[in-house]
Formats: sequence, structure tokens, C-alpha cells
Amino acid sequence: MAYEEPITDYDEIVENCTCAFCGCNCDDLDYLVKDGHVVGVRHACRLGASKIMEDMDQRLIVPMVRDDNGELKEVDWDTALDKAAEYIANSIRPVMYGWSETSTECMKEGLALGEYIGAVLDNQATICHGPSLQAVQNAGYPIQTLGEVQNRADVCVYSGSNAMNSHPRHLARYSVFCRGFFRSRGRFDRTVVTMDPKFTDTAKMSDKWIGFEQNGDYGFYNAIRAVLKGKELSQDVISGIPKEDIYELVEEMKNAEFGVLFFGLGLTHTLSKQRNIDIAIKMVQDLNKFSKWGLTPMRGHFNVNGFNIFMAFETGFPFGVDFARGYARYVLGETNTIDLLTRGEPDVFLVIAADPGAHFPNKANQHLAKIPVIQIDIHWGPSTELADVVLPGSFIGVECGGTSYRMDGVLIFMKKAIDKPETCRDDEWIVRELKERVMKLRKEPNVAPEYIPNPAAQ
Amino acid sequence: MEYILKNGIVYDPANKVNGEKKDVMFKDGKIVEKVSSDAKVLDVTDKIVMPAGVDPHSHVAGPKLVVGRLYRPEDSRKGVTQKTNLLRGESGFSIPSCPTTGYRYSRLGYGTVVEAAMPPLEAKHTHDEIATIPNIDIPALPLFGNNWFVLEFAREGKIDELAAFISAWLKISKGYGVKIVNPCGSEAWGWGMNVHGINDKAPYFDVTSKEVIRALAKANEKLGLPHSIHIHPNDLGHPGNVPTTLETFESVKDIDKNAAVRNQNLHCCHLQFHSYSGNSWKDASSGAEEVAKYVNKADNITCDVGQVTFDETTTMTADAPMEYDLFKLSGLKWVNKDIECETAAGIIPIIYSPKSPVNTLQWAIGLELFLHIDDPWKVCLTTDHPNAGPFIRYPRIISWLMSNERRMEMIDNEVHKWVHSRTTLPTLDREYDFYDIATITRAAPAKIHGFSDRGELTPGYNADIAVYDINPNDIDPSKEHELIEKKFGLTDYTIKDGEILVKDKEIVKVKESSTIWTNVKGYEEEEKAVIEGIMPFFNQYYSIKWENYPVHDHYLSNPIRVDVEASK
Repeated sequence: MAYEEPITDYDEIVENCTCAFCGCNCDDLDYLVKDGHVVGVRHACRLGASKIMEDMDQRLIVPMVRDDNGELKEVDWDTALDKAAEYIANSIRPVMYGWSETSTECMKEGLALGEYIGAVLDNQATICHGPSLQAVQNAGYPIQTLGEVQNRADVCVYSGSNAMNSHPRHLARYSVFCRGFFRSRGRFDRTVVTMDPKFTDTAKMSDKWIGFEQNGDYGFYNAIRAVLKGKELSQDVISGIPKEDIYELVEEMKNAEFGVLFFGLGLTHTLSKQRNIDIAIKMVQDLNKFSKWGLTPMRGHFNVNGFNIFMAFETGFPFGVDFARGYARYVLGETNTIDLLTRGEPDVFLVIAADPGAHFPNKANQHLAKIPVIQIDIHWGPSTELADVVLPGSFIGVECGGTSYRMDGVLIFMKKAIDKPETCRDDEWIVRELKERVMKLRKEPNVAPEYIPNPAAQ
Repeated sequence: MEYILKNGIVYDPANKVNGEKKDVMFKDGKIVEKVSSDAKVLDVTDKIVMPAGVDPHSHVAGPKLVVGRLYRPEDSRKGVTQKTNLLRGESGFSIPSCPTTGYRYSRLGYGTVVEAAMPPLEAKHTHDEIATIPNIDIPALPLFGNNWFVLEFAREGKIDELAAFISAWLKISKGYGVKIVNPCGSEAWGWGMNVHGINDKAPYFDVTSKEVIRALAKANEKLGLPHSIHIHPNDLGHPGNVPTTLETFESVKDIDKNAAVRNQNLHCCHLQFHSYSGNSWKDASSGAEEVAKYVNKADNITCDVGQVTFDETTTMTADAPMEYDLFKLSGLKWVNKDIECETAAGIIPIIYSPKSPVNTLQWAIGLELFLHIDDPWKVCLTTDHPNAGPFIRYPRIISWLMSNERRMEMIDNEVHKWVHSRTTLPTLDREYDFYDIATITRAAPAKIHGFSDRGELTPGYNADIAVYDINPNDIDPSKEHELIEKKFGLTDYTIKDGEILVKDKEIVKVKESSTIWTNVKGYEEEEKAVIEGIMPFFNQYYSIKWENYPVHDHYLSNPIRVDVEASK
């Protein structure tokens, strides 16, 4: 990497900004601002810094509506909002997907709209940590805040997560390199173990790399649990790992003073899906009989956890919540975006702060191509190509303040540092406008004529 | 707007009004002595009129609540209802969603609910949820019992600094009073350990639970906060924990209370869980009589009960090691949530069954406490929602308290036989009357929390009123327990700040909630010094920046500030 000169040409520094990239939500960034743009970012990792600095790259600036020839044409805000509201108001199975890169204040407006018209609200958990949430509902959730890891942890395990690449400051700020109250020498006081079929960058800086076979995670954790319960392993090699190594690892885990398991999509999306997380949670629960252990899912987007938390306290369910029947329904495999799309159910799709065009399976995108898609986002992407109405939002944590929840559930207020481009609007404003316009177009909300108590809760 | 509630039968223990037929008047949100002839008349002839309910200890908002909701869809599904033009869809039984919580408390006639455990680090989140709960006012109690700074101040005996710290942290977290949960135990849980008894030390911090309790009580009284220390003692749920509980009470005996609004210097929450005799579950028995005897003699102690209701519910507490003990017993899905430098928490579902000997014992101990404690001003009705049961069961508990016949019916036919051999419940035939019920659900909790604007129908107080469709002269609560339960479950009127929220058993209005917080005056310099002293530690060992720590106004829902002049 070439040496880069420090940036000296700036007007002001805005301190303690929060990074709007991954679930680390680092809230210690300093933005160097010149002429209303962030020209430099201190303390951030390369991922965060480049996202913040290159905010104008492929930026959506003006609202657009797809015309009869299939071309996106620039229009004024009223036209675009009216068109989008018309689509939503006339729909019978609307899906509102995304939300993980916007504020909970914006989600609040979206939820009000969704409840009013009877939409499905879902977020990226449906394609990332959804299996983790399923497993949590199955087995439990022994977690801790990241400061607890910093201050106490002497064993950190990364499983199916290449944090050095995906959450570059995670190890530095929260888990491994940082000096903690009971770990005053930082890295030297901790043992780092990476469990991953690949020899990743995280594995490279670990003390131990467990390169189990692909899709071998379940068998591997099963073996650890067996040993923890005092059983002998009958096979010599399990998931590609010699049993002696497993015995040794279990001893190390049992002798930890405070251990943490961080897991990523490498664990949630291999063959056994949520069963992997299930058994990982149960392993952590078993380990607590010997010492202190916790885990944390390495959430990707900065507010993907926020949507799950927000929906849980507002509606009782974390994601994939269907209001079509006037009450909250949460049925995995039925009310989730991918299942709905591949069955061809939705007739309008609102996507906010997400890119289904880039991430969804082909069949889901094929259905998206058939139905009106409304996009609220800041950047041009594959979803823009699918969109019929494009509403340019603003950048939370840079151009607009808002609430987010870190991967460990700690609420962080992301403050505003610079002004947004003149023709863009805040996400919260856009969704509120949509809500109000839909309410005008469809006077009757999707509700019961009177309150009917549920005998199960009496 | 002026109103007159006409011809109701009023129970207002704070003003010693015991079932008198009289009118209650209110204007612009406050109770008044008289109204003009234009006042709107609400005819409540021969119906019970009480101040709106005050729940002194409940878990309704915050990080552990949300994990409960997130990981128990099976609970959320139990309570779903359809959205109406006024109400949002409901969900949940033991851990209802935020809007549902507000609606259900409103239907029960409650106006104020104290959220009993708020980690300061997660205070913004707690207030975010409080703002989502409609119709009830919610003060929140920040957790101090395992806070590292508190442990250090307590060890060094720095009461002045501790008082300044509390004063600052109440402002920072927008909290109401001092909550202590398993002091030193939750810190020990950071290493997978616990403390046993109040003379056990937290690892590293080298301070005992007793020292922490005494230091916090002294600091609390130094500041003269409206509420006393609110403690969940050590050894919750352990057979043989009576000595710990009594030693905890005894430890603050010599500390003078310093607030005219309340009588106690220690409020013990969910005392039922702390009144177990014996050595193990094999020989466990009720310690309720012994504990109640102490409470009867002591003027400085109040409690709420945490009555078990025989439901499938969700336990959640900052006493995380206890939750892990429960996990080892039941094997159900276990949640743990440690909060850096401050506290820990655990959650686990639980099924209280009348067939279970232990659950029967717990149920009986709760009722025994209600019946053995003579003065209803010292005891409040709670289920430690959702730990011993959901709050929607309050009417059922009221029906048990008012009917010996119903209790004997349960003792003889429904619950485990341990109730005979291990408790005194079958020998107790005391029955609460409506005046006692009004005391334990309104007047006493309001006084204990030092509220001077609610809990009574005194002119100038908030017009928080509940009207129940019961004619006390026409009902025999000992026999008609089912009717009592039904009628206390749904009000004819719930009035909050003079606004009619429930009318004729239906919610007719939804209003934003308020949070109540304590603002100590006169400690500004000391607070500044303490924060400055703490700052190097905070910058190094907290995972968020100081700027992101305090609760800013953005998250506060209609705050009510209680100013306290600290005496030095």
C-alpha cells in the first residue's frame, strides 16, 4: 500500500461521529469537512472511511419515475411521491423491505404506513442473520456488550466470520488488540481462535486456526459439546479435525476466564443453517458450567440489529412481519421477503436502504421485474435498474441524524455532520410523505371494525 | 374542561376516604374541590372510584424486555389482536409489545408504572421504548448495585462522591431512583460466579454486598431522593435465603431517612422470592411469617410481593447468575446479557404450575406475605411483571386476597399438598377489603415512591382516576371472586391527567406517555468533579464515547422533572 499524505486542507473537524457501515457502529470518528463535503475521516477503517468520503459516487440526486418506454426520467418530488403513493395505495400485497441502513425514526414512519395498509415489513436479516434469530428463538441468547469483551475476555473465537475484512475495527476497538480493565496488555492477554474452512486474514492473526471442512461446522460443534459433557469421541477425525485437537481446544475453552464466540454468515449460511447457530449457542451454554462464555452475532449493516429490536418492541416479532390480516403475523418461510417473491405474491415492492437487485436469488428478482418497485436509497445500484420510482434519500450519520443499534444492542445516536444535497430528502421525511399521501388515497385503513380481545391474553 | 364523577363510591386511602358516596371533580387535568355548573357529569352511581393504579415494580421497557420479545414469538403470538381505527394490533402475553403494554395497563385502571431496572448504558434504549408505550407514565430506576464506580466508592467509604455520582447519573440516564440488584453478585457473574449472603465480596473490587447497600442507602438519604433505595437482595430464589433478606433489612436500620414524602429507607422488591426457609428444595419451606414479622416491627421497610400466578411466563432480571441457576434446573432457552462496567441480565421462560411443589410454595409465600403483614401501607401488589406472572393477573390476585373461600378451594383442590406441610397459608383467614386493595395498588406504592402528584384524589393532584363497575354494597367478594376478577380487569373509566382514556370498558383515547425523573439541585460542583475524575476511566474502558452516553432530549417522552433540593 502506498503511503498517503495526511489531509491538511479542510475547514473544520466534526468529532465523535458514528460510522454508518457495519454493525460495529464505531462512534469515535472525526470527519474533516471542506466546502460541505467530508474530505477525510480519522479513526475509521477503510470500509467506513471510503463509504463516508465517497458519498457522492453514483449518488442518486433527483427523484425519478420510469416512463412508458421503460426509461427512468427525472421528475419533481411531488410527481415521484404521488406516483409511489398511488402504487402502494392500489396494492393488495405490498412488501416493504430493507431498513437496515436507515434510522429507527424512519422505521417508525414505515411501520405506521405498513400497519395502515396491511403490508409485510422485512429487513436484511431475512437473507443474513435470520437463521441466527431462528436459533435464538430456539435455544437462547447468551450475549454481552462489546465493552464487556474489551475489559474481560481472554479467549476470543471467530467462527465463520472474517472480521479483519468485514468488520475491520472489531478486533482493534472491542475484542482483541484493545486494552481492557482486566486485560491491560491488550493482545498479549488474549488467545484468539479462528474457526473457518478458509485461512482468512482473521485466521492469519489468530493464535489458533481450526480449518474444519466446509459444512463441517455442525459436526465439529457437536463433538465439542460431547467432550464438554465428558464423552469420548469415537471417530479419530471429525469434520476434518483430529480428535486430539478437539480435546485440546475444549480444555482451552474450559479454562478461559471469559470467552466470547463471534460468529458470522460463514456459520449461518452453511449446510445446517440455523442448526449451526443452535448448537453454537448450546455449546456456549454448556461452557458456562465451567467458566464464563458469551457470544455475539457479527451483524453486517449498521442498523440491521436496530430493525429487529425496533420491530420486536413495537410489534412483538423481529422481522418478516405481515400485517395483511390486520394483526402481526410472523411465520418463517411464509411471511419473509424471499418466500413471498418466489411465490409471486407481492404486487408492490418498496425497498429502502437495501439492494435486492444485487443480493436476492434470481427467481425473486424475476418477480421484482414484473411488479412496481419503489426505491429509497442514496446510491445507484442493481435495484435502481428494477425500480419504477426512485426517491433519493440522505446519508444517516453524515447528512442526517438518527438512531441505530449496534450488534450488541447498544443504542447509538448517529449525528449529522454536513448538509445533504439540495435535491435529496431525509429518509424519514420521504416515508412520512408516502404515508400521508397513501392515507389520502386510501381512506380506509386495513383494520377491524371494532376491538376484539384475544382470550389467550386475558 | 371540567368534569364531575357523580355518586361514585370512593376509596382514597391517602385521604382516609373509605367507601364514601361522594363526587370527584377535576378540571384541566387536576383534581379540584369544586367545579362550575358547566362541568360535564359522568354518572358513576354506586361504582367504585379509586385513584388510578400505581405499579411500584414492573419490567416493561428496556434491553432485556426487547430480547424477551425477540426470542419468544410463541409468547407474542398468544395475545395478537387486530388493529382498529384507534388501537394498533396487540401481541404478547407475558411480554406484550410496547403499545399493548400501555393499552392493557389502561384497561386495568393503572396510570403509573415504575420500570424497575435500567442499565445506564442502555438508558437511551429504555426511554426509546417508554416513548412507545402509551397511556401510562413510566419512571425508570437505573441500576447502581454492581456499577464499578459505585463498588469503588463503597469500598473507599466515599459517600459524598457516591452521592454526587448518583445525582449525576440520574440526570444522565433520566432516572428516578436507586435500584440495586443482587449487589456484587451480578459483578461476580462477569466471571461466572455469584455471591452468597451479604458479607460475600465481589471479586477484585473487594467490597461486600452489605457495604454497597449501606453506602447507597447513605448516599440516597444524603441527597434526600423521593424514593428510598429499591433493592432486590442477594440469594433470590434460593432455599434458605431468609437470613440474607433479614440481614439486608437490618443493615440499614441505623440510617435515618431524609425525605418527608416517604416513611421507609429501604424498599424490598418481590419479597416473595426472598422468603424461603430450609437448606435445599428438598426441605424448603415458607419463611414468610418470619420475614413479615420483621416488616411488621420495622418502620423503615416496605416491600412489594411478586406474587406467583400459575402461568407460563418469562423471568427476566439483572440477577444474571440466578437466571443461569434456573437454566440448570429447567434447561429452557437461556438468555444472558452482560452490560459493561454496570450490570448483567438474564432471561428464561418459566411455567409456574399448581402441580409443582416448589411453585405452590412460591404461590403460598406470596399470599402469606400479603396476609401476615399487618399494615397494607407497607406492602404493594406486584407480580414483578413478568417474572412471577404477567400484570394482567392483578385482578386475579385481588380476588384471592379478598376471598378466603377461594383460597381454601385452591388449597384443597388445585395446588400441591406442600401448601399444608410447608406454609401457614391454610391457617390464614384474613380477607382484604376494598380499602386495603386501594392501599396496596395505589396509595402505598405512590407514597413509597415519593410521588406527590398522584396516587390520591387530593385537590391539586393529577386527575388519574379509575372507576370499576362494582357496587361494594351489593357484592360479596368472599363468594363472588370470579366477578371481582372480571370487574377489576376492565374499568368503566380510566382517566389520566383529566383525559378519559377508557370509557364503558373500551379504550377511547390513546395518549403519549411521560417519563418521570429526579433532578437533584445543589450538587452541581460535586457532580462536575466526579465526572472529571471518572473520565479517564470512561474513555479507556467504555465501548462508546461519552458524547453518546447521556440520554438526550430526543429520546425523552414528555419528561416530568422532579426537583430535589439536596441537603448537605
